[in-house]
Amino acid sequence: MTAYEDIYAGSTETTEGKVFTVSGRDWDDIADGLDSDGFDERVIVNMGPQHPSTHGVLRLILEIEGETVKEARCGIGYLHTGIEKNIEYRSWVQGTTFVTRMDYLSPFFNEATYCLGVEKLLDIEDQIPEKATVMRVLLMELNRISSHLVCIATGGMEIGALTVMTIGFRERELVLDLFELITGLRMNHSFIRPGGVAQDLPDGALDEIRDFITLMKKRLPEYAALCNANPIFKARLVDVGHLELEGCLALGLSGPPLRAAGYPWDLRKTQPYCGYEDYDFDVQTWDTMDAYGRFRVRLNEMWESLRIVEQAVERLAGLEGAPVMVADKKIAWPSQLSIGSDGLGNSAEHIRHIMGESMEALIHHFKLVTEGFRVPPGQAYVPIESPRGELGAHIVSDGGTRPFRVHYRDPSFTNLQATSVMSEGGQIADVIVAIASMDPVMGGVDR
Amino acid sequence: MSDEDKTTGPDQGKGKVPASTDPEVQAVGARTGMFGVRGTGDTSGYGGLVAPIVYPVPTQRPFGGWYDDVADALATVVDLGRVVIHRGEITFHVRREDLVATAQHLRDDPRLRFEFCSGVSGVNYPDDTGAELHAVYHLLSMTHNRRIRVEVSVPDNDPHLPSIVAIYPTNDWHERETYDMFGIIFDGHPALARILMPDDWPGHPQRKDYPLGGIPVEYKGGTIAPPDQRRSYN
Repeated sequence: MTAYEDIYAGSTETTEGKVFTVSGRDWDDIADGLDSDGFDERVIVNMGPQHPSTHGVLRLILEIEGETVKEARCGIGYLHTGIEKNIEYRSWVQGTTFVTRMDYLSPFFNEATYCLGVEKLLDIEDQIPEKATVMRVLLMELNRISSHLVCIATGGMEIGALTVMTIGFRERELVLDLFELITGLRMNHSFIRPGGVAQDLPDGALDEIRDFITLMKKRLPEYAALCNANPIFKARLVDVGHLELEGCLALGLSGPPLRAAGYPWDLRKTQPYCGYEDYDFDVQTWDTMDAYGRFRVRLNEMWESLRIVEQAVERLAGLEGAPVMVADKKIAWPSQLSIGSDGLGNSAEHIRHIMGESMEALIHHFKLVTEGFRVPPGQAYVPIESPRGELGAHIVSDGGTRPFRVHYRDPSFTNLQATSVMSEGGQIADVIVAIASMDPVMGGVDR
Repeated sequence: MSDEDKTTGPDQGKGKVPASTDPEVQAVGARTGMFGVRGTGDTSGYGGLVAPIVYPVPTQRPFGGWYDDVADALATVVDLGRVVIHRGEITFHVRREDLVATAQHLRDDPRLRFEFCSGVSGVNYPDDTGAELHAVYHLLSMTHNRRIRVEVSVPDNDPHLPSIVAIYPTNDWHERETYDMFGIIFDGHPALARILMPDDWPGHPQRKDYPLGGIPVEYKGGTIAPPDQRRSYN
């Protein structure tokens, strides 16, 4: 092979010694003749920020020797969009539109923790209608299924198990169809609002969900059959990304990584919110502390979510026509919504009422939509169990119509810190598996 | 007519607080007027309104329930400052020189055992003179199933806080984020660098004096100002 000059490659003298910038070429070509002057083949590789197996725009800086990772560091911030800053310039209700876009695989959880915090500051927690709470649980558990499906699907894709990817997205599509039916949108719903939810269930939604549950009970065993005892799958996942309980707690890890270390900590059980104490379900744990254990925890959690969804559907069947928004007209969103051909929008009937029938209704609508309600000064933190762990919004109000400060403690952000611990000393190929087992979503990491 | 003219009435003025005998009640600021209009544009008659901003006042003992247990255990190592219980959440206001001892004790004392830290969140109160920047830590005791909040404040001109990464390693990135967004310098942090913003970014975006940015948008002949320059309610 003839050597040629690469204009992007070269070498520079630094305090660390001679450093080569390499993009391609044969490694032996470059390293040839370097051994003589005590040169160590320490290579620093930038993986990402645009790499198909980094779960979004994540940059990994790996220091490698051969195939062994000596040091691993994360570079984040590529998806930072200043959501927390933007919220400070919008009304309390508009805040849901922003937070739903943080962790884009679990929008209902982002909305729920925000709304629970705002409701706590408003001191209206006891006034949230039962139907709204049950609908929140229903949507969150469906969302947990869709989020875990994406985690398992992309995790499978990254180790070359493409069938896991295709069937994972096949089922996720069914969940998104349900979301579309109920909220009008497949993602970024901003459906859970302070005081309740945006609108009632459409006709036939419960039947669709029942059909989905029946189908999922047939489909979920396929994942187990495909992966659980698959020797290649196990060879890639077992003992990879090892992290015991002490490490998890020191690094603030929560969710499936913590439960895969054998600790049954699930906020739905330990610090129930949204009435989770009234549902019958079990906390899933595993004892292997590795990527395989986290996979099994997620798989089992989907069954548990299905159980909760079943119970929520039964409750909703008995709550037909019940209110879904708090009765206090000074807080409840005045507009009545309906799903049209282009998504969720104002219902024609409501527009007729405020434009043609009642001046007071128009004033009320205008005041609440443009100015919004005021939230008493104070701060609240109501964490919930998102598919990735403890998700909480620290909400500060100064008594105004806008949030004074909203900070999200996103589990992806915290869990991603474990990258170094999990992958240093292992193989490059295992870095991918270790990160995938944390299920980081960069929208939530960078916010 | 200027802003000054509206607030010179006999019973109006900055710092006006509601009638209260409690010396702890103090306003950290006030909102004036309504509809966000300044100067002569306000024809609503609400321009003279002054509404003080009063945060929840410190709670006196007994706090009730396990709150007293935590406070007692904590009081053995540090002087308890203000303790606020609001909406069922307890906040311990700690002096910055006590932060490390407090965190160490919260984690290690068997009566406390706050083994899980949910990170640090910064808040900028520009009107809270001498304590403009607050760092808020949410701690969870899985052993006792309790949750508390620890709040520390530093002045804008000396934004130094001790790092508690050695006690709660999870705070590594959280402290970097708070430094990035608020400019609070965590002394003793292993590598306090920006994390979300680019390394060479000027300023700290989440501070209240940092503009949101944005450009006017023209639509069908009308121009809409960027969100932070629009007329808004206050």
